[in-house]
Amino acid sequence: MVPLSYYLAVAACLFSLGVVGLFLNRKNVITMLMCIELILLGVNVNLAAFSHFLQNLGGQVFIFFVLTVAASEVAVGLAILVAFYRNRRSIEVEDINTLQG
Amino acid sequence: MLELGFFYLFAGLAVVAALGVITARNPVHSVMWLIFCFFNAAGLFFLLDAEFIGILLILVYVGAVMVLFMFVVMMLHVNLAALREGFLRYLPLGGAIAAALLAEIVAAGFSGVFTRVPNPGHSGGQVNNTVEIGKVLYTKYLLGFEVAAVILLVALVGAVVLTIRKRKDAKYQNIARQVAVKPSERLRKVRM
Repeated sequence: MVPLSYYLAVAACLFSLGVVGLFLNRKNVITMLMCIELILLGVNVNLAAFSHFLQNLGGQVFIFFVLTVAASEVAVGLAILVAFYRNRRSIEVEDINTLQG
Repeated sequence: MLELGFFYLFAGLAVVAALGVITARNPVHSVMWLIFCFFNAAGLFFLLDAEFIGILLILVYVGAVMVLFMFVVMMLHVNLAALREGFLRYLPLGGAIAAALLAEIVAAGFSGVFTRVPNPGHSGGQVNNTVEIGKVLYTKYLLGFEVAAVILLVALVGAVVLTIRKRKDAKYQNIARQVAVKPSERLRKVRM
């Protein structure tokens, strides 16, 4: 039998690797989006673990919602990326400064 | 014992795949590693009796979202060398922040609060996970379910609106003119 803490440790590893990836790949928007997916995956593992150990299905329903939001986020993010690439022929983060933020 | 072995297998491979995602030189390889990571995470979900979510992860995530990623990565002509510039510059900062995060979360996980939670064991074949999720999803979480549907619709329309492009050199039908056409414009009587 696998204890709950082991699952929490795996989820923490996935989450932290996603955060490191956001820092390392600061130039590449596609990889940054993938790192966000990793972070959400870590959260999902946490939710599934608690759902099983507390015998409460709410966690799995929440995974469902997280997956929905993540899928729409990726779709819109990649669409923005494609539109930006058409205008600028580049997807480097440093070129995305038209709004002078 | 077998379960623990499978847990270590899936968990280890998921973490290795996550490392691959963030260190791969080529975005295509990153996508491949991420697909592998999702498969292993699905294995973890199966170990947690969340079969529906595991299958959903493989079907929706690997089948649709990662294919979308792959499509965009291959469609955009990306200068790989420029994207790798300054790769290690932020490693100290990012590594420190992530290490602190990891230490905090693991410390919380092993602090004794969560180690006391007993393992409920597996329900075996009596409980159908999909049926149970359906029962709560369509009753208790109905509003959330409908909001999720609206979010997906908005994302769908938004993605289409963002990427649609009118081409100047393409030939379009003029529907109004086509409908309003008169027989005299198209038909010519020839006296034999």
